[in-house]
Formats: sequence, structure tokens, C-alpha cells
Amino acid sequence: MTKFSNLTHLDWLESEAIHILREVAGQCSNPVLLFSGGKDSLCLLRLAEKAFRPGRFPFPLLHIDTGHNYDEVIQFRDLRAKELNERLIVRSLEDSMKRGTIVLKTPDEPRNKHQSVTLLEAIAEFEFDCCIGGARRDEEKARAKERIMSFRDEFGQWDPKNQRPELWNLFNARVHKGENIRAFPISNWTEMDVWQYIERENLGLPSIYFAHKRRIVRRGGAIVPITSLTPKRDNEVVEEIMVRYRTVGDITCTAPVKSVADSVEKIIIETASTTITERGATRLDDQTSDASMEQRKKEGYF
Amino acid sequence: MSQENIQDSLLRFMTCGSVDDGKSTLIGRLLFDTKTILTDTLTQIEKTSKKRGMTAVDLSLITDGLQAEREQGITIDVAYRYFSTGTRKYIIADAPGHEQYTRNMVTAASTAHLAIILIDARKGVLTQTRRHSFLAKLVGIPHIVVAINKMDLIDYDESKYKAICESYKAFAKEIKLSENRTIEFVPMSALNGDMIVDRGESIKWYKGPTLLDILEKTTADYAGKDKDFRFPVQFVCRPHASDDHNLHDYRGFMGRIESGSISVGDEITVLPSQYKSKIKSIQLGDTELKKAISEQSVTILLEDEIDISRGDMIIKSDDAIEPTKSINAMVCWLSETPMASSRTYLIRHTSRESKAKLDKIDFKVNIETLTHESISNLSMNDIAQVTFKLAQPIMADPYQNNRSTGAFIIIDESTYHTVGAGMIA
Repeated sequence: MTKFSNLTHLDWLESEAIHILREVAGQCSNPVLLFSGGKDSLCLLRLAEKAFRPGRFPFPLLHIDTGHNYDEVIQFRDLRAKELNERLIVRSLEDSMKRGTIVLKTPDEPRNKHQSVTLLEAIAEFEFDCCIGGARRDEEKARAKERIMSFRDEFGQWDPKNQRPELWNLFNARVHKGENIRAFPISNWTEMDVWQYIERENLGLPSIYFAHKRRIVRRGGAIVPITSLTPKRDNEVVEEIMVRYRTVGDITCTAPVKSVADSVEKIIIETASTTITERGATRLDDQTSDASMEQRKKEGYF
Repeated sequence: MSQENIQDSLLRFMTCGSVDDGKSTLIGRLLFDTKTILTDTLTQIEKTSKKRGMTAVDLSLITDGLQAEREQGITIDVAYRYFSTGTRKYIIADAPGHEQYTRNMVTAASTAHLAIILIDARKGVLTQTRRHSFLAKLVGIPHIVVAINKMDLIDYDESKYKAICESYKAFAKEIKLSENRTIEFVPMSALNGDMIVDRGESIKWYKGPTLLDILEKTTADYAGKDKDFRFPVQFVCRPHASDDHNLHDYRGFMGRIESGSISVGDEITVLPSQYKSKIKSIQLGDTELKKAISEQSVTILLEDEIDISRGDMIIKSDDAIEPTKSINAMVCWLSETPMASSRTYLIRHTSRESKAKLDKIDFKVNIETLTHESISNLSMNDIAQVTFKLAQPIMADPYQNNRSTGAFIIIDESTYHTVGAGMIA
């Protein structure tokens, strides 16, 4: 037997993702990779290494900082960019607020959806023609309809009824000035694939992905961490329990799950037996309405 | 099973059938019975089912994701779903059955190893069944599963099932569907879950495999797949400006092996320049490979310094292939704007792009009757055999032999939309 018979579905997914990254590099003149420090974008960085090393990445990294991020994640973001010796651009929502392009209704409202504004401003500032993102089609049903090279008009809008057909592995990332493509190399990955890849490639992650003790309250079925942004409300009982994060985003709308999984191996076992979707228990902003993700994407969200 | 097949642990399939054949229910059932649907999703569709006044959970709701789809109860465009078993990961291309059927089906079929063609047991083989089977053949899907659904509505009648199988087989023979292709039949009830993942209690007379059994054992390979080495160059890596002096002469040719395999030491030819060299090394990330195979994305280094750029193709020297500036192909027109025969379009073939002009339209296939008609222009959903003149040569194989180097897309030069899909004759 040759070793080729051992190629797994992860090899195939990896190969497809590398192909997509190289198509972006080959077709687009000024792409950027969206990097938040979260697990999906950390997989993207490893894939970019496999796609372009020993050369530099043919794109910088961009983080749209809501100002509501966990410190552990921001530290990890900076560390990783430094280790890779690649350029990291950070654009923050605070700056958009100062400019008046983001107006919050209430100071403590979730900022996730406002990321679109700052992202579109950064796209205009640097004239990016393609943003590579770590979104996966299994995350959410509006995402299931998303193309791998997803066209956005000059307002950053996604129009689900007018998407470019995508056939074979022939991708079309052509755009006019002002328009852009959102490229999703790990479209065909599931949460489980991501964890298996992290295990196989031995990727480092921000510590909050692993089980740790945290002070929380229970609010409407979700576990809400006690932070300066999400304080305890009257009549709520604070508990200290073991939790981990399945997704990491804006503190005000990302909730941890109860877990004792303190290693990637244990997380994989837990992921295999979970009964709740990744976003189901953890993303408070997806549940506002049946179509909230779709709505945000139409507004330019990645 | 092929040893040199990267995809054996991953199978891509699509479902075809009209809306009423129970396609969404079948996908819902597959996801539900393989425990892919998690509690919160289920709770959500339970709520919606109740809202719509249904007594049982409507599994078809799982696949209708968009607001407009839920409002109008229709399906827009192709969506992709995932599930896995202990042995395999599956990607379902879920194409809507009615409106705009041809282009959606061609899109979904372009990446599928297997097509499930749904037949309503009460109705038997319909025009829609014939149409979908023809398209599956055209796009070269190597495995067909004919799923005879709604058996519960004909009291699980074995003789009626057999009659449908016979009439399908007769039709398959007529369009030569069984050449290079497997065709299997399964009686089922997606609504009750018979013969999808579990065998159920109602179809005791059927001894064959369940739908999932078939999916689990189907080889994820394309019929007639060309074993010739084809490596379109996607990107050239020249890190000579870096601090590392060892990299000063590094010239890596990056791409995905579209077919065949390559080993260190093999003699290669670069097209269209016809330069020749030898493989010095093959890299995948920081791993050195002795040999690389179809569908692996790798970096190739050559013995000689030759000028190669994106859009060139590396082949083994003994697998000749002639660059050509004229292609004859079956084209599916995808755009609502008809083709303008006087205009120039862009053709993207592997990593190469060329301007193209229509030379002639041989005929259009009437998708209802499967006969040939003469036309002067292509409109949305038309399938026609055409000839294009190209500005740049491309390195093409017949689509029948090679799905990667035989396929191309047509891009509108002014909107940049993808307006057509082509399969080289």
C-alpha cells in the first residue's frame, strides 16, 4: 500500500481551500484576509501558509475590532501575526463611531452587526477587491446558500437572488472598481472538520476555547459571562462553572457553553455528541429573527 | 476502490426531482436520521411546522433557508448541506426542482459524483425524470440512484415499483445512460423514513441496500477520468526579495493536480511554450512529497529555470496535448440576458482566461424531447452545441475524458457575471 490511500476528507478540504486561496491571489489585485484570532481564521492562516510559503502571503491580514473582544483573543491575534511576520491591519468600530458613521442606539448594544460599516470603510480606504473570510456554510442556513466567491456590489450588499453560478472548481472573482468579492475557502468545512484540522495541524488557540472556570449568569436559556460589558442584572444569581467558547466574537453577543473539555481531543469528542448547533447556544444575535444572519449579510456583513 | 484517490472519504451528491417529489423531505430525512439535525434547529422547525398548522414536523423546512423562500414556500438557487457518517463526509448540492431548473441542475451537477433522481411512485417516469437523467449524463455524473419515493402512497406495492424500474431502464437504454455509469434503484418513503438510513418495517420484499448503504459504498471517482497528468499553474512563488538567501533562486509553481499523478524525476513539458524540464521536487506546505496525485494542491520545482506563468499548463512529456484556439462544446446558458452572438466574451478554462467569440451554433437540445433544433441565439437554460474562436490557445481535453480540463465558464465582459458553462466535445 502506498501512503496515498491514507488521504482523508481533511486532505481534500485542505487541498480545495489552498486552491481557492491561490485563485484569489491569481485573480484579484488587492485582496485581504479577515483575521479575528478565532478558530476559523486561525485555520485560514495555516492554509495560507500551505498555499504560499516559502513566499510571503500575497495579502495583508485585517481585523475589524469591535472594542468588545476578549483580551485573550486580541493577544493571540497579535502574537500569531507577529510569528507569521505578516502585516496586520486593525480598524476599529470606535473610530467609525467617532467619525459618526456608526451610531449606536444604546451604548451597550451588541456591536457585531455594526462591523459591516467599519469593514466597508476599510475596503474603501485600502481599495480591497476581495476579502477572504473563514465563514462556513454549515454555520447558518443563509450561509448554506453562499458562494465560495461571493459577489458584493459597491454598497457591500449580498443579493441571494442574483448570485453568480459557481461550477466545477472554476471560480470567478472578477469585479469592477468599488465592488468586491468575499472569498470563503473553508465553505465546505463543518465545525467538526475545523476541530479535526486544528488537532491534525497542532494549531494554537486562544485559551478561552478550552474549558476554564468563569463567573456567569443564566439568561433566557443562554449562559452569559459576567464582564464589565455584560454585568449581572438584579435578581440574577452568579455562578462559577466550567465553560468554554465554541465561537468567539463580540463579548455582548457571544456566550460560552458548559464544558470540561480542556484539550482539542476532548473538544472533538464533545463536538461529536453535542445536541446544539454552534450558533444555537452561543450567538445571541442570530436569534433575534429567523433571518437575522441573512439580513446582516445583505448589509455587507461578511 | 482506487488507491490513488484523494476523495474516497468524501462524496458529493445532488438530488433531482420536481418540488412535489419530496426532494426537501428526502434531504431532511437524511440529515435527521444521520443525527445531523441538532436540537435547536429541530425546535425551530417544530415551531414553524405548528405555525403552519401541521401535526408532524415538516422535515422539508430544514432546507429552505432564505427569507424569501420561507415567505413564498419556494426554493431559490443551489444550497450546500453536510453530514457525515463514521466512514465518510458528504456534501449535498441541493438544487431547486422547478424554476430555472436547467442552469441550477447543471451547477449542482458539476461537482457531484452521484445523482439521486427522485420519482413519485404514483406518477412513474415523467418528462422531468427524463430531463434530469439527460442532464446528469451530459454533465457526466458517474453514479445514478433512482429513488422511487412515496411508496407509502401506493401501499408499498412491489409490482408497481418493479414496473417503474423497468420503464426507467428502457428509457436509460434509449439515451445510453448506462454507458460508463452505474444505475441503482431504491423504493422508499422519505416521509416515514423507509429505506433512507433505516430499513423501516414496510418494505420487507426489498432486499437491496438502503439509500445510505449505496452512498457509503459508491466510489468517489469520475467515469472515464483521464489518468494523464494535468497541472494548470495557478500562482508562481518567487520569494527572492526575502531575507533568506537560500530562497534567492526559488521558483515554485503552485496549483492543483487536475488529473493523473507526478513523481520527482518525471520529464515534463510546459504548454503552450513547449519548454521541457524535469521535476526537481514536490512540496505540500513544508512537507516534501515523492509523488503527488489528482486533486492535491502542491508546489512543483523544476530542474531548469524556465519562464512559466499563471495560465500555463505542466504535463508529462509523453502525454501529448495540443493547444487549440477553436473549441467545440456543449454550452448551458445561465444568464437571463441572452447571448449576443456579435459580442466578445471571456472564457475561463482551468487557470487560463481568453477572449472568445461565437463561431457557430450547431444545434440546441430540446430538453423535453431530447431532439436537436436549430437556433440562432442562446437564452437562459438553453443547452446547445457551439463553436468558439479564442484569442489565446487553451490546453483542453474532451470533457468525457477529463472533467477539469474539459470544462469552462463564460464570463460577460461588461458585467463580469458568469453567464455560461461549457463542456468540450
